[in-house]
Amino acid sequence: MSTYLGMPAVPPKPATEPVAPLRWGPTFPVAAHDALADGQMRTNLRRATRTIRDKRLHVTAELPDWEALRDAGSAIKADTMQRLPELLEQLEAAVTARGGTVHWARDAAEANRIVTDIVRAAGAREVVKVKSMATQEIGLNEHLEAEGVVAHETDLAELIVQLAGDRPSHILVPAIHRNRDEIRQIFASRMAEVPTGLTDDPRELAMAARAHLRELFLRADVAISGANFAVAETGTVAVLESEGNGRMCLTLPRTLVSVVGIEKVVPTYRDLEVFMQLLPRSSTGERMNPYTTMWTGVTPDDGPQEFHLVLLDNGRTRALADEIGRSALHCIRCSACMNVCPVYERTGGHAYGSVYPGPIGAILTPQLLGLESRDAATASLPFASSLCGACYDACPVKIDIPTALVHLRDRALHDGDGAHPSAMGTAMAAAAAAMSSGGRFRWALRGLALAGRVLGGRRIRRLPWPGSLWTATRDLPVLPRRSFRDGLARRPRGTSTGAGRGAGGDAS
Amino acid sequence: MSARDAVLGAVRSALGRAPGAPGPAPADVVRGYRAATDVAPGSEGALALLADRLLDYRAAVIRCRASEVAATVAAQLADAGAVAVPPGLPQAWLDAVRASGLTVLVDAPGDLLTARRLDGTGAVLTACRVAVADTGTIVLDGGPDQGRRVLSLVPDRHVCVVRADQVVASVPEAVALLGEHPERPQTWISGPSATSDIELVRVEGVHGPRDLRVVVVVD
Repeated sequence: MSTYLGMPAVPPKPATEPVAPLRWGPTFPVAAHDALADGQMRTNLRRATRTIRDKRLHVTAELPDWEALRDAGSAIKADTMQRLPELLEQLEAAVTARGGTVHWARDAAEANRIVTDIVRAAGAREVVKVKSMATQEIGLNEHLEAEGVVAHETDLAELIVQLAGDRPSHILVPAIHRNRDEIRQIFASRMAEVPTGLTDDPRELAMAARAHLRELFLRADVAISGANFAVAETGTVAVLESEGNGRMCLTLPRTLVSVVGIEKVVPTYRDLEVFMQLLPRSSTGERMNPYTTMWTGVTPDDGPQEFHLVLLDNGRTRALADEIGRSALHCIRCSACMNVCPVYERTGGHAYGSVYPGPIGAILTPQLLGLESRDAATASLPFASSLCGACYDACPVKIDIPTALVHLRDRALHDGDGAHPSAMGTAMAAAAAAMSSGGRFRWALRGLALAGRVLGGRRIRRLPWPGSLWTATRDLPVLPRRSFRDGLARRPRGTSTGAGRGAGGDAS
Repeated sequence: MSARDAVLGAVRSALGRAPGAPGPAPADVVRGYRAATDVAPGSEGALALLADRLLDYRAAVIRCRASEVAATVAAQLADAGAVAVPPGLPQAWLDAVRASGLTVLVDAPGDLLTARRLDGTGAVLTACRVAVADTGTIVLDGGPDQGRRVLSLVPDRHVCVVRADQVVASVPEAVALLGEHPERPQTWISGPSATSDIELVRVEGVHGPRDLRVVVVVD
């Protein structure tokens, strides 16, 4: 334990200030390069992801029918996508019949405008928020702020991120990159009325957050949430959480707005029996999350008396159009894929430059934005993987992320009208040129060997283009003075060091 | 074009469907998982599993006979000061609570308790709709003996009475029951409020009740 003295500087984590929450910053290799230098973050991440991973394995092994649940979850999602128009219409009718109002938003700007109008109509100047990926994706907090409305994040991790002026780095544990001492510093310097002598004990920190937020819950007139599931058959909306901040937001204010991606619909009430088993065990490694709230429209005298459901496209129909890539829309946001990903574990979430990091982000984000945008930074995301397949094994709805990655890599290289090759395609074409003939490759190798001699045996960190395509992501060991080919060429023909086993010429 | 028509049109187009073309019939989803288990509702196995899961969440579990419920809940609330209750609890429970010197605040239709009033209330006493042994979950669906969602949210202690016959083994069995009234607002509770946001250290009690006590009634 340590005692707070003076005003500490809390470093904001992402190096680049995001302008668009769906994708900001440089290409993945460049961002990852910086992230790899942050030893503290990697230590925090390694500890956190390993803990969740072990818990998840324990509780999924408990269920004898885990694989059958995954199969059913996968089948329900595939069916949902095929019938999406009808299910959305059914959902709208069911919510409306129960006194709710359904809005449709083509993109982030439209969704933000709808929410702002509802908040204004309620006469509110501040809102409380349940942690939600959809509202992060559309940059709702920033938009509300520009419109003069203060949005208070109430999830502990989101609060930490908001107070620090930081970005979330994990979809489930957004402050996973911060350790307890950093959090103590953030609270001590940024939270109003923080207890004096606040220590870095997690319980003490959580209680400081409880005290800070309680008054906000009691006075708020409007709450904003996302949803984990929306049932077409009944109009029931479900939010799963742990802390009770979600229940506070979903219960106390008079007006509730839920911003929900169109892919979150599930066909029947019964389908909840599948997802209420898959999601908690996959995400936090618990048998069940502490709290789930389910509501259907408006219930007189119980909970919000005004309910608005905003159905959000924002690129989802673009993803839906790709028959392989659309499986990214099956995602139930459990984050199991990032917790098992060796790339995520080393680079952290910020390197992906998107609210959706990790393996699922690598296939979801570029599709939501459109690969045809030829933005090299976005197009670099499907390459942010070792294709080891751990994400596929962990996914509760069996999204074949490796296959989607390979498919999207191909699209990133070859999409376009021919006259204007994509940015990633241009880069890859240059690499291909260097390796297209033995002669060119031999000269490239000789150049590297020479560079190695100049450097005196140290590792090569940066090469000029097109070698930079390699060294942007990895160091290069210096090469021996002579390549194997050169050595072979200098030997007299017909001799062999192979103790009589075949001719030397076979080695080529 | 309205946003609604634009989004629905884009969805249809992404699926390669002509405008006005009918959608496919629902797929036949194979549900090879357990719809039920061989653990009977209310059986000793179900009760033991529920208790094990609840203790794992650091909730308290108290077992008693039907004739002892009133005295048991009164004892669990003894130091709470004021106790909020939904309108439909058995009179005998309320009498026992009042007899032990506690103030009982009834959340009656027409005279509802405000959130601020509940914030100064020590505890809440409710029944439940169903409990899931596998996951240590108690579900409230707003019935007269469970009340509005706000009741079990704001006070710091929640004493919840679960009848043995309400304890099912698995999630699908609970969803089948709850699906009889999907329109009712539901709260699924698995242990007290908890967070793991700081270095994944579990801390009980952030915003909801920090103290959950489950009274299991057996005959």
